[in-house]
Amino acid sequence: MTDGISESYRALRFAAEAEARGRQSRETVVITVGAATCGRSAGALEVIENIEKALNDNSLTARIDIVGCAGHCYAEPLVVIAVPGQPAIMYSQITPDLAPLLIRNYLAGGDMCLEWALGAAEENDLIPPVTMSPRFAGETRRLLRRCGAIDPLNINEYIAADGYSGLSYALSGAPEAAIENIKRSGLRGLGGGGFPAGEKIELVRAAPEGMKYVICNADEGDPGAFMDRTLIESDPQSVLEGMLIAGYAAGASEGYIYIRNEYPLAAKTIGKAARQAAELGLIGQNILGSGFDFEIKIAQGAGAFVCGEETALIRSLEGKRGTPRPRPPYPAESGLHGKPTLVNNVKTFAYLTWIAANGPGEFASIGTERSKGTAVFALAGKVRSPGLVEVPFGATLREVVFEIGGGIPPVAKPSQAAGEIPVVIKRRFKAVQIGGPSGGCLPEEALDTPVDFDSLRDAGAIMGSGGMVVMDEDNCMVQAARYFLEFTQKESCGKCTFCRIGTKQMLDILNRIIGGAGRMKDLDNLSELAERVGQGSLCNLGRTAPNPVLTTLRYFRYEYEAHILEKRCPALECEKLTAYYISLERCQRACDACVGSCPTEAIYTRSDRLKAIDQEKCIKCHSCIDACPANYDAVQRVSPILALPEIKPDKTGGK
Amino acid sequence: MIENYTYEQTQHRQAAIEIAARYSGSSDLISILLDMQEELGWLSREGMLEVARLLGMSETTIFGVATFYNRFRFTPPGKRRVQVCMGTACHVKRGGVILDLWKRRLCICEGETTADREFSLEQVACVGCCALAPVTVINKEVIGGMTTAKVDGIMLQRELEREREEKSGAGIKTEEQDAAENK
Repeated sequence: MTDGISESYRALRFAAEAEARGRQSRETVVITVGAATCGRSAGALEVIENIEKALNDNSLTARIDIVGCAGHCYAEPLVVIAVPGQPAIMYSQITPDLAPLLIRNYLAGGDMCLEWALGAAEENDLIPPVTMSPRFAGETRRLLRRCGAIDPLNINEYIAADGYSGLSYALSGAPEAAIENIKRSGLRGLGGGGFPAGEKIELVRAAPEGMKYVICNADEGDPGAFMDRTLIESDPQSVLEGMLIAGYAAGASEGYIYIRNEYPLAAKTIGKAARQAAELGLIGQNILGSGFDFEIKIAQGAGAFVCGEETALIRSLEGKRGTPRPRPPYPAESGLHGKPTLVNNVKTFAYLTWIAANGPGEFASIGTERSKGTAVFALAGKVRSPGLVEVPFGATLREVVFEIGGGIPPVAKPSQAAGEIPVVIKRRFKAVQIGGPSGGCLPEEALDTPVDFDSLRDAGAIMGSGGMVVMDEDNCMVQAARYFLEFTQKESCGKCTFCRIGTKQMLDILNRIIGGAGRMKDLDNLSELAERVGQGSLCNLGRTAPNPVLTTLRYFRYEYEAHILEKRCPALECEKLTAYYISLERCQRACDACVGSCPTEAIYTRSDRLKAIDQEKCIKCHSCIDACPANYDAVQRVSPILALPEIKPDKTGGK
Repeated sequence: MIENYTYEQTQHRQAAIEIAARYSGSSDLISILLDMQEELGWLSREGMLEVARLLGMSETTIFGVATFYNRFRFTPPGKRRVQVCMGTACHVKRGGVILDLWKRRLCICEGETTADREFSLEQVACVGCCALAPVTVINKEVIGGMTTAKVDGIMLQRELEREREEKSGAGIKTEEQDAAENK
């Protein structure tokens, strides 16, 4: 039987590779455009349209390959052009307007337009490859290796890139051998919990015979995390393959992918991918002739953050309100419809595929003692090169934020004279928020923390789903804590009293502090409430909800104290504690950039033609600061409001 | 009792019957409601009552499930659905100011629709393109790097479009009327 499996796999692989060879023969120009959700938001579909038009206009022929997202969000829309005989070049931020220009200049005019290039997409003697830049060199890509390289809607490209070899290998052995393989690798669940993946599968296998389910948790609700979506949109087959391997190992025959409602493209992509796999006999009855049957269904969520919790997710799949229930019994004993169920995150399934194909030893070769392999982070916020970053466990936060992410971007301000280079103002790093609403904010001192499950927990944050949001000195930490708490408070399902009412009380206190009416006793109350909410909640939403407050209290207590004692917001962000004014000494009579920028018409021109802000109308939106030319820098912020300098009225005394 | 349904109510009940027929039963409730919303834009009382009858579930269960999830809306959406992303990345890049400005310009709160059913305003958790923050989604079109000026620009664009529509729309109408008269 074993021979039969590898035989049928080899046949599939042979066909796929033949197709791939045809594709790779470099005789025509190949233009590759990344068109996952992030690329599309940046205009990738229009870029494709405009490229086609430009090719027609210049009577050129080229093949356009549409791929997924490579995780380099800062560079979207990303276009790679491979001309026969020349190295393939990767271009960043090719907007729909730029695309026809690039096609005309390069393909018709022979000018490579290196000013737009990120680098060469392959090793060569002419142009430095992108892999030399720190954004690429600092990463170790395992899960994301195919993202942006293959067409997610063509299963043959996946098979030709070593796809489904892991499944073929796993099916050739006993299910126990597959579990042993996963256990030896030391893989821990990448959804945030960090539970050993092999043991979980073993639990489901050990449950009494009968119907068993596999659920892929793609309900990625953490604001600021998008790696699961990218993986599904760019390499869906690897997730399906992982589910098949897990299903075989656990003895399950049905799988569900629960996708967040906000990800329509991901749901569409994986639905198509599953149909293609079924056509090739990789999903369905008697897979690869092994006698193993497995069906995969796609289910969409309806927008509830708590459904990322496994018991809530199962209830939602059953068509009920997504409220968590006490554990035990764990889903491994009694899950969907009361049957043993294996629930894992998207990345965990994708990693099962990797381990089956590359072996557990190779997997464990990188990482730390207790966290093996790599972690994927979604880097966003005030950072130069946001996007997905895959690093081995044990890399430090500093490496991720400053070396790979490029650090804090300076603020560019327009200069008055036309054509002059904008003035850049450097900003300082303040905190990095890890793990979404359940995680914490870590300050500069904690930047040398290695990223793994245990070190992050000790520092007060959690791995969580892997969202990483960088904040600079313009961000108020009390506001940040309030933001996350507001989110969890809104998303609390209301089942546990502490989570339902405790978070509300905490939010009220934070709002009071931000509004300038805080008392010192509030800080003690906050810590006490935080502890109680953590203890008194059933699921991880409530248990971890106080983390943002606790970590900001721990690392940024002085900001809370400034808000309470001095009525001052050190970051000049809190509306009620900050005032904007225009310095008469700096304001120029001939300029009225700020007047037009103000959305509430709070800025008026005085009779001496200097500008002033009507404090009653000002909403503190920062537009005038952005608009005021850097060489004047006349719009100033001050906190507390009492420090607002008295502005001399003009001679007529009014508008 | 003879019930009188408006056209819209009949339409919603009809859709409920058609969609429920595609699914097997009560465990597909969320999918049924999602499909209904996809087709009709919102969930009406009549539509949900019909679903309750078809699935043999109590009406409270249906309402309970529908109101639990954020995605379902119980008022008709506007022609342009403005969704302001309030994810973490958008928050640190002053997404709140953008939301405030939409509220101010449209004179409605989040979850509401303008009186002319032209715009509706929603707040969404995270649309997942954090590199473009702050983000506003209008009818599935993602607009990144939002500024207060862009909000005003979109409003102005809409105003100009409306003027053009009114002009050309009037033209088409007269043609149609002409045709009708000729017949």
